[in-house]
Amino acid sequence: MTILTFTLLIFLGSLLAGFLGSLTGLGGGFVIIPMLTLLFGVDIRYAIGASLVAVIATSSGAAAAYVKEGITNIRLGMFLEIATTTGAVLGAYVAVYTPVNTIAIIFGGILIFSAYISLKKKSEVIQQSDKSALARTFKLNGTYPTPQGEIAYTVTNVIGGFFTMVGAGLLSGLLGVGSGALKVLAMDNIMRIPFKVSTTTSNFMIGVTAAASAGIYLYRGYIDPGLCLPVTLGVLGGALLGSRFLTNAKTSRLRNIFAFVIIAIALEMLYNGFTKKF
Amino acid sequence: MRKILQDDDLEYAMGNLLRLGVVVSSIIVAFGGIIYLYKHGMHLPHYTTFIGDKSMFNSVSKIIIGLKEWKGQAIIQLGVLVLIFTPIARIIFSFIGFLIEKDLLYMVLTLIVLAIITFSLLAGTNIV
Repeated sequence: MTILTFTLLIFLGSLLAGFLGSLTGLGGGFVIIPMLTLLFGVDIRYAIGASLVAVIATSSGAAAAYVKEGITNIRLGMFLEIATTTGAVLGAYVAVYTPVNTIAIIFGGILIFSAYISLKKKSEVIQQSDKSALARTFKLNGTYPTPQGEIAYTVTNVIGGFFTMVGAGLLSGLLGVGSGALKVLAMDNIMRIPFKVSTTTSNFMIGVTAAASAGIYLYRGYIDPGLCLPVTLGVLGGALLGSRFLTNAKTSRLRNIFAFVIIAIALEMLYNGFTKKF
Repeated sequence: MRKILQDDDLEYAMGNLLRLGVVVSSIIVAFGGIIYLYKHGMHLPHYTTFIGDKSMFNSVSKIIIGLKEWKGQAIIQLGVLVLIFTPIARIIFSFIGFLIEKDLLYMVLTLIVLAIITFSLLAGTNIV
């Protein structure tokens, strides 16, 4: 296979990954690494580098659309970015000393976890009792617009949320993914932030978190131009197409199918990791 | 006072800045890609073995050398650098926003985030 064919095939695969990732809200990055390693035999370190760059592209591209809805909590995002960027830098360092098969196994585990989170029924409790002193000090409480007008919400368990975000950053830096699932989990389940706010704030943070480990990855030679070309442009194009469809497509069913596909991919990654095929 | 940064013009500006960064970066990557595929399209890919920091385009100085020779891969890496700087530009924008609001606490927090990212960008140059 020549570089031309190789590039075209990866571009098409990334286009599909970006499209599905944007339709289902799971992000395209999760499919990129298994696709490159399992289908194209790419070393997982190159796959991680290309995926990380694609993550920055999609989250930055999507942010413009989110901003129009005006529900990103900038202060909350900035506060938690201290946690995620610290984790991301640590993760990028740890990655260099972690055997590739171990990385593949962790990746498989996180894939299953993310699929589980996306399949789980969510229940939302909007907190309005202003109990957390830390949330007050750091001005994390906010309001968000609904058809019934502005709704105020408060944030709880700031410390728990902060440390979960260090973990999310660590995984992002270690695996080259956005770890949006873990970020949303920290904000929904631990800090009790409304979905609309947590989803957009998470997206706001993903690009910054990924940029924090990108420098280290670049110098380590993980970021290869020949792979970034089809992966970045493909995922971006796919995400653009997906956002056009998003408004009228019924996505819950698609999300379920996609979640099972991801579980199948995860098992394949786990199997290959345990049998040391990377 | 809280609301100023939530749904204000500055937020729109930041959103547009991010989109601009992505568009500019994509154009650079696509342009470099055409040169790269034109020159190397018929070669064989080599991604099964990882060469790490022996890579030809893994630092700003190496990328600049490649740019002077109009190397497709160097141009793609330039696009990747633009992409990496896009969210960082947003952090800088946020700092200006907090400065306008005179929110000292968040000016400090924003600088901490910037410092961590700067560390990552500089770390590779002198640590191993």
